Amino acid sequence: MATRAARKAKKAAKQPVSHRTWALGYLAVAAVMFAVYQYALPWEGLPLPIYDFLQLWLPPSSVNEALVYVICALGLNIVVGYAGLLDLGYVAFWAIGGYSAGWFMSNFFEQWKFHGLSSVATTEPGLHINFWLVLVIGGAVCAFFGVVIGAPTLRLKSDYLALVTLGFGEIIPQIFFNGENINGFNLSNGTKGITRLDPIPTGVKDLGPFDFGSKFVVFVLLAAIMVFISLQLRRGRLGRAWLAIREDELAASMMGVPLMRTKLASYAVGAVAGGIGGVAFATHVDGVYAERFNFSISIFLLAMVVLGGMGNVWGVILGAFILAWVNSTGLPALGDTFNSQFGTEVDFPSFTFLLFGLVLILMILFKREGLIPESRLRLVLHEGDADEELKPAHEEEK
Amino acid sequence: MTLSNELVLDATNISVQFGGLLAVNDVSFNIPKKSVVSLIGPNGAGKTTFFNVLTGLYKPSEGKVMFGDREITDLPPHKIASIGLARTFQNIRLFGLMTAEENLMVAMHSHLKSGIASTILRTPRQRKEEKEALDTAREILDFVGIGKWASEYARNLSYGDQRRLEVARALALKPEILLLDEPTAGMNPQESGVFVDFVHRVRDARDVAILLIEHDMSVVMSVSERITVLDRGEKIAEGSPEEIRSNQRVIEAYLGKAASEGRGK
Ligand SMILES: Nc1ncnc2c1ncn2[C@@H]1O[C@H](COP(=O)(O)OP(=O)(O)OP(=O)(O)O)[C@@H](O)[C@H]1O
Ligand SMILES: [Mg+2]
Repeated sequence: MATRAARKAKKAAKQPVSHRTWALGYLAVAAVMFAVYQYALPWEGLPLPIYDFLQLWLPPSSVNEALVYVICALGLNIVVGYAGLLDLGYVAFWAIGGYSAGWFMSNFFEQWKFHGLSSVATTEPGLHINFWLVLVIGGAVCAFFGVVIGAPTLRLKSDYLALVTLGFGEIIPQIFFNGENINGFNLSNGTKGITRLDPIPTGVKDLGPFDFGSKFVVFVLLAAIMVFISLQLRRGRLGRAWLAIREDELAASMMGVPLMRTKLASYAVGAVAGGIGGVAFATHVDGVYAERFNFSISIFLLAMVVLGGMGNVWGVILGAFILAWVNSTGLPALGDTFNSQFGTEVDFPSFTFLLFGLVLILMILFKREGLIPESRLRLVLHEGDADEELKPAHEEEK
Repeated sequence: MTLSNELVLDATNISVQFGGLLAVNDVSFNIPKKSVVSLIGPNGAGKTTFFNVLTGLYKPSEGKVMFGDREITDLPPHKIASIGLARTFQNIRLFGLMTAEENLMVAMHSHLKSGIASTILRTPRQRKEEKEALDTAREILDFVGIGKWASEYARNLSYGDQRRLEVARALALKPEILLLDEPTAGMNPQESGVFVDFVHRVRDARDVAILLIEHDMSVVMSVSERITVLDRGEKIAEGSPEEIRSNQRVIEAYLGKAASEGRGK
């Protein structure tokens, strides 16, 4: 009896949780965190130890930064997880999105003056366009570049594709890095970067760089939109074609799926998310700095997708959040605690990449489907268990 | 039954070269409307290669392929598939981690219209289209007899059902020609017998011409209206089952192979 109940429980645990449940969970966690940042942290009566604990282990700025990673990882998931294309240069889209924000939401282009539904004073020089429109612009510019870079490269076999995207991810940030004087035109302000961006208008109040609580809501919303887009596409004509290409490219083309167009679509949709993430990141750090868009971010995002579970949006959210948090807060905080406890001076953050490399290797070796696997993948990677479970089900039906 | 004079497909003087190997050598071949014709020959004769030329996977070094009055020699595979040439694979190539009905809906891709925006917004038109596609998929699955596995992952189906699913997926393309590459491979004689009826049923109900590559002679002889024999890339005979049965070159091609295999032992 007991064993039967246990088996039943095991079976129930194997049932994939529905997207609706996940979505509610996501919103619930977001609501709690918002309450903490907006009301608990500023509250006078909050006991000091709790305040210190939160500031050390879950500071609002690091949570917001993690959300930017979540947005981008969701985009990369469409390319890597859905369509099965390896993209090693995703940071390029992040950079393009970032500079879109820099160009259209600051005084940077002093020589011009244009205000588009912006909340800043009309006397300000430069291009000032409403943040929400800039999201659209950044996304569109990235989609454009996604198609431009994708069209010639997506014909290549996947290994070559990885190399070309890697090159692309190096070139774009370099252009911004050296873009201070392109025939006399200052495109990017070079190493100095673009600082001071317009606040985010919300209708109620303008959100500046330190409105962590409200910006948290904005970022949660952007991530939720990406989840929505991912899930909707996944369950439609295009998503099926992506999956078919991931499964068997040749068979897909023999069944009438145009490979180039379909891959390009995944690349473009993924790029849009990169652009939106880039715009969000720029408002988060209140500036755009070329040296921040380096190769390691592409790898970092890829690791997030792999850790969370390729093809599963909820897994990717978790993976992105965990890794981003470890990177920005977890390791430094652990280091501080460790060093003050033992009087040592170990530089914990310098071990970031060692740790990520280790995580990647361990995941590939022991849990390739990720923390929260796509339900389909669970089927292959644990073939043994799957066979047990599925065969009897067949028999019963007959 | 006499063959129609009207051709759905006409391939003339096709040659395919792989390095020094002439895998298909100056083969002309046509498919009459609503016919069941077969391509046979010893292993390595070039049958699958010829298939791959028809479906656009290989470009022939010589010759051209006409589909109705449209030349398709240089069209990309997905185009050829979408205008009405559907195939199955010698070694099953289903989308294993997709359900049976999803497999069919992939094949309907080129007939569906929803784009990115309408899919994200789930417009009424998109929903209607999806629902119709799903209904069609289920209907085809019922037709081939695996309707009850509609929402099962393809990789979980039995071998025979996977073969059926491959045919169903090809039918989902609404083809005018169905190309079957050794569909009875791995079936027992009884299953093969059922298959013969199935082929006729498909042809009649779905209005397609069928080109069959087949090793099982009992299937070939009972199902085909015309048989073409390839040997080492060349067409050595073509005719009705009776003609082929008594054709000296065909017997030699097969017996010669058997004899050389005998020597090898
Ligand atoms: N892509 C390729 N590259 C090089 N050689 C090839 C290729 N495809 C097929 N061949 C060769 O062409 C010849 C014909 O192969 P094909 O697969 O068409 O034979 P077949 O008649 O289908 O045989 P079987 O009955 O074994 O399926 C073989 O010698 C094979 O090795
Ligand atoms: Mg073959």
